[in-house]
Amino acid sequence: MGLSHFLFFNYNQLMKEKLRKYLTLFLSTLEISAFTFGGGFVIIPLMRKKFVFKLKMIDDEEMLDLTAIAQSAPGAIAVNASILVGYKIGGVLGALISILATVIPPFVIISVISHFYIAFRDNRYVSLVMGGMIAGVAAVVADLVISMAWDILKRKRLVEILMLIISFILLEFMNLNIIALIFIAGAVGYADYEISRRWGHDLH
Amino acid sequence: MIYIELLLSFIQIGLFSIGGGYAAMPLIEHQAVNVNGWLTMQEFADIITISEMTPGPITINSATFVGIRVAGLPGALVATAGCILPSSIIVTILAFIYYRFKGIDAVSSVLKGLRPAIIAMIATAGLSLMNMALFNGDISNGISITALVIFVIAFIILKKWKTNPIFVMLGAGLMNLIFGLV
Repeated sequence: MGLSHFLFFNYNQLMKEKLRKYLTLFLSTLEISAFTFGGGFVIIPLMRKKFVFKLKMIDDEEMLDLTAIAQSAPGAIAVNASILVGYKIGGVLGALISILATVIPPFVIISVISHFYIAFRDNRYVSLVMGGMIAGVAAVVADLVISMAWDILKRKRLVEILMLIISFILLEFMNLNIIALIFIAGAVGYADYEISRRWGHDLH
Repeated sequence: MIYIELLLSFIQIGLFSIGGGYAAMPLIEHQAVNVNGWLTMQEFADIITISEMTPGPITINSATFVGIRVAGLPGALVATAGCILPSSIIVTILAFIYYRFKGIDAVSSVLKGLRPAIIAMIATAGLSLMNMALFNGDISNGISITALVIFVIAFIILKKWKTNPIFVMLGAGLMNLIFGLV
């Protein structure tokens, strides 16, 4: 029961905790990826529920930053978001683990289905279940949007509320490119910061 | 060699599809249908339909599908690896930069400015999902009452009990199956 035993014990504990963290990351991402129906960004509400509210590994604003990065980088948004979440939780190894966990479900499902995809595509039961799931996914996304928009409104900062409304109009009715919007919104954020820094007050 | 062709094609798709699945579709069509002739136009349409019915990003789905048709399971592995390779490298670097510099005021002000825009983006994507779920893709099709009922029930359950969204989605699928059969 000397010092070496104590150190060894601590090392073991540490390894166990690390392993548990990676395992949680892997299983959570696997589960989320298996249910990312209806477009890659659907992974965002699922990740927010899991990693922000349930596991408390990421804070809410950080999740929005990660979404912005995932959206503006090349590649599938779901994969990008997983890489960012994985990196936050476990560095480069974490990123690799979550890439793997994100790819496995669609890879396995398509590999299996590709052999009888016409039967799958035309199956009545499958399309009924999928039709219902899309309605469920729409509810999940609506719930996310309302709670996030509410957070913005609650803060009562004119710049943010205006940006929310204007961005929505630009995207929905003017078909503005997402990358262009990201540049504009980033510039507005920076201008807002410079103005309040130089004149010492917020734009209310 | 077919594996190298698959790898290079899907690296291009992964690298140039910025802004999600809808940006990726024309690239996949170009590579798989026009340049290499791996899929017919009908098969390409099928893979889009199947992608909508199965989980996962359309690029991964089509990489797996094309790979398996052209060169079996190893082909699927190579194509999938190709399409995630660019973002794996780029996004890991971006993650490093983000966590290194997000403490700087100027950087965090830019990120703060992005938040309302990101919420608006998710809102528009949510609207097109609602359009797909409730109006079958076009408002002129009229509203599906069953889908509306499922949507409202799912929404209330999520708001009230903060249920795991996965159970809500599964429940919604099951409800539609039951409605459809009776």
